[in-house]
Amino acid sequence: MDESSSHSVTPKSKDAKKKSSSWASAMVVPLLAVFTALVIGALLIAFTDPVVLDAWKHFFADPMGALAATWQSIAVAYGALLSGSLGLVEIWKALGVWLHGGGTEALAVAMVPLSESLTASVPFIFAGLAVAVGFQGGLFNIGAEGQLLVGALSAVYVGYSFPGLPIYIHLPMALIAGFIGGAIWGAIPGLLKAYTGGHEVITTIMMNWIIISISAWLLKVGGPMSRGELPITPEVLPSAQIPKFFSTQGNRFHAGFFLALITAFLIFWLLYKSTKGFEIRMLGANFKAAVYSGINVKHLWVFVMALSGALAGMAGTVQALAIDHWVGMGFSGGMGFDSIALALLGRSHPLGVVLAALLFGTLRNGATRMQSVAHIPIDIITIIQALVIVFIAAPEIIRWLYRLRQPEGEEAPIFTTSWGS
Amino acid sequence: MTATTVNTHTDSTAALKKERRRAIAFGVFFLIVAAAILVLFIFNTDSQMVSTLKLNPTTRNKPIHVPDLVLPTQLTLIVLMIITGAIGAYQLGRGFKNAATALGVVFLLFIAAFLVWATRNKAINLLGILSFTVAAATPIAFAGLSGVMCERSGVINIAIEGQMLVGAMIAVLVASVTGSQWFGLGAAIISGAVLGAVLAVLAIRFIVDQIIAGVAINIFGLGITSFISQRYMQPNPELNTGGVFPRIAIPFLSKIPVIGPIFFNQNAIVYILFLTVLVMHFMLWYTQWGLRTQAVGEHPRAADTLGINVFRIRYINVIIGGMIASIGGAYLTIGSVGRFDENITAGKGFIGLAAMIFGQWTPLGTYGASLIFGFSDALQAKLQILGKVQVPIPSEWLLILPYLITIIVLAGVVGRTVPPAADGQPYIKE
Repeated sequence: MDESSSHSVTPKSKDAKKKSSSWASAMVVPLLAVFTALVIGALLIAFTDPVVLDAWKHFFADPMGALAATWQSIAVAYGALLSGSLGLVEIWKALGVWLHGGGTEALAVAMVPLSESLTASVPFIFAGLAVAVGFQGGLFNIGAEGQLLVGALSAVYVGYSFPGLPIYIHLPMALIAGFIGGAIWGAIPGLLKAYTGGHEVITTIMMNWIIISISAWLLKVGGPMSRGELPITPEVLPSAQIPKFFSTQGNRFHAGFFLALITAFLIFWLLYKSTKGFEIRMLGANFKAAVYSGINVKHLWVFVMALSGALAGMAGTVQALAIDHWVGMGFSGGMGFDSIALALLGRSHPLGVVLAALLFGTLRNGATRMQSVAHIPIDIITIIQALVIVFIAAPEIIRWLYRLRQPEGEEAPIFTTSWGS
Repeated sequence: MTATTVNTHTDSTAALKKERRRAIAFGVFFLIVAAAILVLFIFNTDSQMVSTLKLNPTTRNKPIHVPDLVLPTQLTLIVLMIITGAIGAYQLGRGFKNAATALGVVFLLFIAAFLVWATRNKAINLLGILSFTVAAATPIAFAGLSGVMCERSGVINIAIEGQMLVGAMIAVLVASVTGSQWFGLGAAIISGAVLGAVLAVLAIRFIVDQIIAGVAINIFGLGITSFISQRYMQPNPELNTGGVFPRIAIPFLSKIPVIGPIFFNQNAIVYILFLTVLVMHFMLWYTQWGLRTQAVGEHPRAADTLGINVFRIRYINVIIGGMIASIGGAYLTIGSVGRFDENITAGKGFIGLAAMIFGQWTPLGTYGASLIFGFSDALQAKLQILGKVQVPIPSEWLLILPYLITIIVLAGVVGRTVPPAADGQPYIKE
């Protein structure tokens, strides 16, 4: 609020014009980045397909055959991705049935892929916000993976250990446990950075491996949190499960989606409407200015890392309490890395993160079907995400590819502060 | 970093105070380690116990026989505790000039105490552990050397993990197809050069934040290796059987008691590491390229003024850095287990960076630090043989050790060692 008043000298109309054009250009590069990454992904799918490679061997005899085989391979894979993530064709057909007096059952079934995509985006929203908050404060949290595992383990522990509680007490308890678990796991690298200078990029990665080893011990058969003969936690009691909305088979859409949206709004408020948020953004934008303005940088680092960890913890918590109802090894499944890509894609803005999370949820959900139908390993999504990060971080590549003009005053985030403090 | 470079009077006293506080924290930490030796180990022994550490290998290649080390457990532990305590007291009183080395010694003392305690009334082959230490240190050392190579020229290479992963997979793939581990190693090195070049172009040409570029390469490496592993190697297991470089006992050297079996009965990649360490050490301080590299890493503007091509040096170093990292990756597959598994690096690229910081950006120091990580790795692998009675600690907890040491190293040593002044800063020509 303070900053806007100080800028009041500039003419308003000019400001507004600049803002709208920067909004448009802010959307162009991310969209083209995703598009380009998907194209490269398509080429990777086609040219690792033995059928396609075989067709290209006979390119000079049958050039159309080679192209057709390539197209076929991509179409099958991305077709499965689309029908598995959105299923718009099926929804359209089911709508027709319904309008002609048929029942709503077909429609409910057709809606499953779309609602599953929304469901899959819930942990992405939380984890993306976690990384975004760090970015805003100039911290690179690549430990979301471990923090969400800690969050999930804490929440599930509370979720199965206290029978007989009503849902309005038990569920908040489990949620808070996950929040605090993640916050603690995130605060440790923050403390290390503030008081010893240990770089968060390495310490958060080490914290990931530490919790992976600890959870291997917790969950192994006979371990403190294992379920009898199985290397997974006991089932969360119904009183701590996040309620689902629909009864259709396979539709797991749950209240966590709204919790995620509310959290995104709260983070937006914190970052852009509160003094604390102003301090965080100043710390990220100009470290020296933040120091000279008298902000307690050390406290802020710890705060940002704890908040970041807590949000990541919520990603795991919501996933465990709503979908799985238990935690096993490999629970986090690369979500920590996804969150970096989507925080960058969303320009570290809560709204951008929500949009990016919806996109990634859709991609991940569709990729599951792509794996089962077209036998494309789900890791293709990881590759696409890495490409998205590169294109977002080096927009010059995208602008060169599509002959775009360089906008004025665009800044890429900077985190490299060497190994000291 | 900012606090130590300013030289006005008030700031320097503040820096001195900060330095003093760190020194005291170090001393206290060392004393805590000494106390831990007392509480965890000495209290669980009695004066009758004896630890036997065997010093002769069980392999065919026999060096000159030496008597085994038979130690009275309790007395040895007390001596180790006193040494650790003395280091802590000296650190509190006068303070060591080289805190990294002091920390390294304390780590070794603690691990040695742990080993002596775990073998109470038992015998363990110390040579086996130390030989495994050298093996386990190899990928970490390559990662650290890759870091030295890049950061000496002012580019941070966080992408080591990804470069290692790709190198590990390419090595086993090519070795399986061609039947030769040497071809596998060569292909891995080429892949490392490519990924090094990608990092260099992103960091130097496009001035992408070096950490973001590195993380992107890591994610790409994880994605592409998992993708190819699932698409090709799992349906065709014959593509994932690259074999392993055979052990080569070096004549004469391998016959030296204790040292011989530890260092000179390893495979070719380990010997390549020894060579790399020595060559890098020589090159960095005694050749034109090395001195130019250091100039570029410390003050690129001045180097440029003197006619050194900053960009060229950085490109060369980052590409060579990628190649070195990929050799470390290749070691994980065709140097030890012979097959690729998803995410086989398990953070070793990052541990290597910690070894580099611990080793103060020198090749020899980095190798020394890698040996400490390798030792903790070897311990957790070998101690399981002794069983639950001897070591009533779940093996999963021992797995944490290398990661924990990495964090302690970063927390304790960073800020007391000086990275190249231009580390991580892009150079923009005026």
